[in-house]
Amino acid sequence: MQKNIKRLWPLFLLPTFAAFVIGFIIPFIQGVYLSFCKFQTVNKATFVGLSNYVKAFADTQFSHAFWFTVRFTVVSTLLINILALIIALFLTRGIKGTNLFRTVFFMPNLIGGIVLGYIWQILLNCVLSLLGKPLLALDSTYGYWGLIILMCWQQIGYMMIIYIAGLQSIPNDYMEAAKIDGATTWQTLWHVKLPNLMPSITICSFLSLTNSFKLFDQNLALTAGEPAHMSEMLALNIYNTFYVRSGIQWKGIGQAKAVIFCIIVVLISLIQLKATRSKEVQQ
Amino acid sequence: MKKIIALVLCLVMVFALCACGESNTTTTAPAAGSATEAPADEPAAAGSVYYLNFKPEQDQQWQDLAKSYTEQTGVPVTVVTAASGTYEETLAAEMAKSEAPTLFQVNGPVGLANWKDYCYDLSGTPLYGELTNDSFALKDGDQVLGIAYVIESYGIIANKTLLEKAGHSIDEINSFETLKAVVEDITARKDELGFSAFTSAGMDGSSDWRFKTHLANLPIYFEYKEDGISSTPAIKGTYLDNYKAIWDLYINNATCDPKELSGKTGSDAENEMLNGEAVFFQNGSWEYGALSAKLSDDDMVMIPIYIGVGDEPNQGLCTGTENFWCVNKDAGEENVQATLDFLYWCVTSEEGTNALANDMGFVIPFKNAVESSNLFVKQDAAYTAEGKTPVSWNFTTMPSEEWKNGVGSALTAYAAGTGDWDAVVTAFVDGWATEYQLVNG
Repeated sequence: MQKNIKRLWPLFLLPTFAAFVIGFIIPFIQGVYLSFCKFQTVNKATFVGLSNYVKAFADTQFSHAFWFTVRFTVVSTLLINILALIIALFLTRGIKGTNLFRTVFFMPNLIGGIVLGYIWQILLNCVLSLLGKPLLALDSTYGYWGLIILMCWQQIGYMMIIYIAGLQSIPNDYMEAAKIDGATTWQTLWHVKLPNLMPSITICSFLSLTNSFKLFDQNLALTAGEPAHMSEMLALNIYNTFYVRSGIQWKGIGQAKAVIFCIIVVLISLIQLKATRSKEVQQ
Repeated sequence: MKKIIALVLCLVMVFALCACGESNTTTTAPAAGSATEAPADEPAAAGSVYYLNFKPEQDQQWQDLAKSYTEQTGVPVTVVTAASGTYEETLAAEMAKSEAPTLFQVNGPVGLANWKDYCYDLSGTPLYGELTNDSFALKDGDQVLGIAYVIESYGIIANKTLLEKAGHSIDEINSFETLKAVVEDITARKDELGFSAFTSAGMDGSSDWRFKTHLANLPIYFEYKEDGISSTPAIKGTYLDNYKAIWDLYINNATCDPKELSGKTGSDAENEMLNGEAVFFQNGSWEYGALSAKLSDDDMVMIPIYIGVGDEPNQGLCTGTENFWCVNKDAGEENVQATLDFLYWCVTSEEGTNALANDMGFVIPFKNAVESSNLFVKQDAAYTAEGKTPVSWNFTTMPSEEWKNGVGSALTAYAAGTGDWDAVVTAFVDGWATEYQLVNG
């Protein structure tokens, strides 16, 4: 019986695999093909070679969006992970009401990006207008920091949960041993907790890095790229190229940008995984 | 325990399979839906209609009309409405399907450029013959690729009751100078009166089209008129100073600080008008339904947007259309014919014209049109009857959405004081040439 089931694994894998092929592999291949085409609807495409890529790289808005995204990703990844770790450290100390705090910190993550974006737009605009400063849509610096605040608010709770799980899985023997050896709190953190947390750090930094890099809804809702595309991130730039620009050539260019974007995301994630994985220790 | 887990996993798998199956049926929903609607004895070759509707406000009315047509003729009609602001996306996705829309719409020459390879030539069809005026046909060379189905007007909607409270009458206003005098007088006595001259000129996405598109139409209209053209690869911006003057008037005499405009929405302005917080509100005949909920026909009037150019006393409302029906030529002969028959029925039959005029509130440019009860539409007719010249909708020739966004951003920055007027001029003039090149080059 047991053996039969083991031999039947392809059958059990089939539904998921079929869904993966239909929902991912086929559209992906078609998408790459379309990036070399001029098209209005996907089934009426004419092959134009590399010209979409040439135009995509020549697009200054695209390169601006790239650097804006890079700046955003670096700052938000660092902030989210540092703050999430600090909160996780506090909330594993057995303070009263820990569970309540954990729940509250986790909650923002349950709200969708678009809703969050609009709520924060109202909040931040309110603060800015009280201070007599230009509103979010008028100044890309405020737009930038608005996005960072929003992203931190949303993601810290989620990363905190992963860090808490990581901290709780560190065997007590280690902590005891460190204590007996007379390690200070700082030394315990640096030499015991952090090395054991590396798997959590890997997954958290991976999640926050890719989430930030691919950010779309929050960007659309909070600033919509205003003023004049100055706070536009890559995903929004691709969306705008594909849907907002009129003229038949833009769909192909948007598609080419999407392929470039995909390659960048994969590269960054691979590098990051390799870098943090190498620091992981076996318990 | 293990058994339970195995059972749960099996259930999950079955559910996943069902979910896959489910999604397959929804993608072909229009086809499946229409098949069930058609009577069983109907010949298979009769064709069907699939209308991808642009106006969410009229979704229910279209559904009802389609149902009624199906009951009478047996021809299945499916109406799907794209969510507000997502028409192009929905259309691009739907057109790629095997059951593509047989009837869709474009917003004018610029929109047509994307879709002309998909449009059926309507010249010679009975539908085209029903048009009251050839200018309501969207042409590409000799081909008639789109037909306007609704005529709309916009201008400055004024609350007469409030205006009288401020000691002014609507008859005083017949030019930019007189409008400005009234507006500035109201602003000067704003605290005493308890209301402002203009509603907020919101530059949020729900409202910015009123200024970056509709208001921008006026300098373009007068420039085209002066140069005797109907479109251009490079705008000169002859009347941009007038555009500045009217924009200044809007933002400096409104219910809110110009700095806050970027966050103000269309509903903000609408509510200010409904609550009697302001006298003037730039908007169009489509706004009648929302305004008439609280303001009576005696309270409201729509006046032309005066910018201080041309023969102002004889200027009418801005009247035109950006809604053109197109028939998908790849839909198959029967379906094309069924669609043409459906449209012909809509604009000629008693039921169809009544639904369009009264249920949907449209003024349709067809011979059998029923008079609409929309106050602003009636006013437009009255102005034209008095011999005033309506301002045509030239924003359908604006090079691209990107151009409008550029102008919108610059207007917002200028209003807030973070940008200057030169940036608006650059976006308007240089942006036009660049975008025109990109789109047509």
